[in-house]
Amino acid sequence: MIELENMAYSYGGGELLSDISLKLSPGSFHFLTGPSGAGKTTFLKLCYGALVPTSGEVRLFGQEVREMSRDDHALTRRRIGVVHQDCQFLDHLPMADNVALPLTVSGRDNLDHLSDLKELLSWVGLSKRAEALPPTLSGGERQRAALARAVIMSPDVVLADEPTGNVDWDMSQRLLRLLIELNRMGKTIMIATHDLNLIRAAKNQVQARVLRIAGRKLQLAGADL
Amino acid sequence: MSGLGQRLTALVTGDAQADRVVPPSGVTARLTGFAAAAMAFLTVFALALSLASGRLAARWGDELAHSSTLRISAPAGQMAEQTARALRVLETTPGIASARALTHEEQRALLAPWFGPDLPIETLPVPQLIEIAETETGYDATGLRLRLRAEVPGAVLDDHVRWRKPLERAAARLRLLGWLSILLISAATAAMITLAAQAALAANAQVIAVLRLVGAQDAYIARAFVRRFTLRALGGAALGTALGMAAVLLLPAAQPEGGFLTGLGFRGVDWVWPVLIPPLAALVAYLATGAAARRTLSELS
Repeated sequence: MIELENMAYSYGGGELLSDISLKLSPGSFHFLTGPSGAGKTTFLKLCYGALVPTSGEVRLFGQEVREMSRDDHALTRRRIGVVHQDCQFLDHLPMADNVALPLTVSGRDNLDHLSDLKELLSWVGLSKRAEALPPTLSGGERQRAALARAVIMSPDVVLADEPTGNVDWDMSQRLLRLLIELNRMGKTIMIATHDLNLIRAAKNQVQARVLRIAGRKLQLAGADL
Repeated sequence: MSGLGQRLTALVTGDAQADRVVPPSGVTARLTGFAAAAMAFLTVFALALSLASGRLAARWGDELAHSSTLRISAPAGQMAEQTARALRVLETTPGIASARALTHEEQRALLAPWFGPDLPIETLPVPQLIEIAETETGYDATGLRLRLRAEVPGAVLDDHVRWRKPLERAAARLRLLGWLSILLISAATAAMITLAAQAALAANAQVIAVLRLVGAQDAYIARAFVRRFTLRALGGAALGTALGMAAVLLLPAAQPEGGFLTGLGFRGVDWVWPVLIPPLAALVAYLATGAAARRTLSELS
């Protein structure tokens, strides 16, 4: 579904990622780690077509990103749920409307999916905060709302960029459990994080590949984790 | 239904959910309404000017086109004989419906504005005027002048051409200026709405980024902005048009002595024309905002 082949990405005159090949197979679970500034967020953006590689190929569901139109990208993003580190909401809309935004923009009537939305908000523990505006949500609530928004279209892949970056350990565990639950439903998950404790905690619950970006290359992390 | 028809239907009916994704109106949307209202107000006057010019040109043409004047200057003893001879010539000229010598009272009335009502016209060497009414086909002015020169040496034929042509030309120019003003106002409206839409799109770059993140296509994003600006322009133009029509209605009624200015306004079916201004302003806004949205979304990608 997402394939990278000899991909490199340069930014500001310097090469940030070099000669990376990876294939995300359906139902797989990946952690992406590395030091701050290593290029984890850039890597994720390349994985959903927000950035175009400088060289090599990135194929999303069989389509090479350079050959995709803006509409193709929009349709692809309905199949790839993204949880941003800063969540990115429309601050003038209540949280429930933000979660339902992928349904809205795809032309589906939110009322037809009201029960799905309620179930989803209950799943992420935000039923009572449905009408709250995003600026009034706590860090953990924002992360869970972003996760709910990422999965409301039942995407094939969920990419999460530091989903536990702004929350305490208990909330990190809760978010991790939600992502593992999604994986058990058959979704492909990739979590970019610098929190090694989170990766260690996940090892007992899910079979995950841990990838590390170091020296512009993507490596399979060893047993040191 | 055609693609354009579907788009217009979607524009009118709207989508409550889609409308909400764009933040509540900012100052640019309010300015769009104000600009559309002001432009519609001006368009009503430009339209009134243009239509009045058209009526004026037609009136001047009609009034002067089918009438002529024969002026006879002759010694007092020959005036009656030359007048009678001229009338005979005119009665036998094809294209002339009637010819009539003005009475002393009528000639006195014509001169009254300059010399007062008591002018002793009978004792003065004032030329005799003959009023000529033409048929629809008109007469051969050159042939008539030749005959008159031979039979009535003191007669001078004035077929009003030298008056009528410059007046008709002036009225046509005035009408052209009116339409040109409407075109310029439309272009200025499109330019203002384009700038306002571009500013609104640029100010909402973050909103657009979120919409794209969750899979919104450009057409969806553009539609949300286009609908908002189109409806603003429609509302503003409707208000401006209503005010403009009220102002035209309150202009003084046309008076014969008032000339052109008191005839500025709409007559009969002319009142339908300004009603078309709001939908046309909305169409201009729809096209301008659509083009601005496509360009801005392309730049933001």
